[in-house]
Amino acid sequence: MIDIQLLDRPLSPLTCTEYVYSPDAGGIVTFTGTVRNHTADRSVRHLEFESYEPMAIKEMRKIAETILRRWPARKVSFHHRLGTLGIGDLAVVIAVSCPHRREAFEACQYAIDTLKQTVPIWKKEVFEDGEVWVAAHP
Amino acid sequence: MKLQITAFGIAKDILGTARLQIELPEAATVAHLKEALERQFPQLAELKSLAVAVNQEYAPENQPLASSDEIVLIPPVSGG
Repeated sequence: MIDIQLLDRPLSPLTCTEYVYSPDAGGIVTFTGTVRNHTADRSVRHLEFESYEPMAIKEMRKIAETILRRWPARKVSFHHRLGTLGIGDLAVVIAVSCPHRREAFEACQYAIDTLKQTVPIWKKEVFEDGEVWVAAHP
Repeated sequence: MKLQITAFGIAKDILGTARLQIELPEAATVAHLKEALERQFPQLAELKSLAVAVNQEYAPENQPLASSDEIVLIPPVSGG
C-alpha cells in the first residue's frame, strides 16, 4: 500500500506509477520534481541534498498514511533522491492512485506540499560563484 | 547532564561540526537547549526556523531532555 524510499541513484516515475496501479483505481497522479537551472536569475550548477534519513522515512510514511485515511487512495509511492543532482535530474517522485482523478490530484498535491514543510531533507544550491542552503533565512 | 547534538544542513555549517556535546542542567527542555545554542552560535537565531527532533520526532519547546535522547537540530527543510 505504501512504498517509501530515499535513493542515491536516479529516480523512475514509471516505477512509482506502476507500484500504485490498482484495478479499482481509475486515476493515478504522478508528480515529478526536477532540478531547475536558475533561482532568482542566478545560474545553478548543481544541487546537493542531504537528509536525516530515519526521521525523513518516518515523516514521509506519515504523509502517505494520512493520504490513505483522508482520501479513498489505494496506494502511495514516494521516492526522494539524495546526494549531488545536476540540472534536469529528478529530485522527487510521488504517485497516488484513487478511484477518481480529482482525489488523486488533491492527495498528490498534499504529499508534495507537506513534504516541503515537514520532511527533514535539505537542499543546497551551488552556483558558479557560491552556494546557498535553500529557504534557510527569512 | 551531557547531551549529544547532531546537526544537518545549514545548522551543521553554523556549528562547524555535525556532532556537538553540550552540558545543561538536569531536566533542561528543548527551549533551554535552543537558548544555550543560540548564545554560543548567534547565527542560529537568524534562521527562518529551528526545530529540534528528539528520538526522531519533532519535539515541543517544553519537552524535557535526557542524556540518552537522540537530539537533532532541524533547520528549515527544503526537500522536493
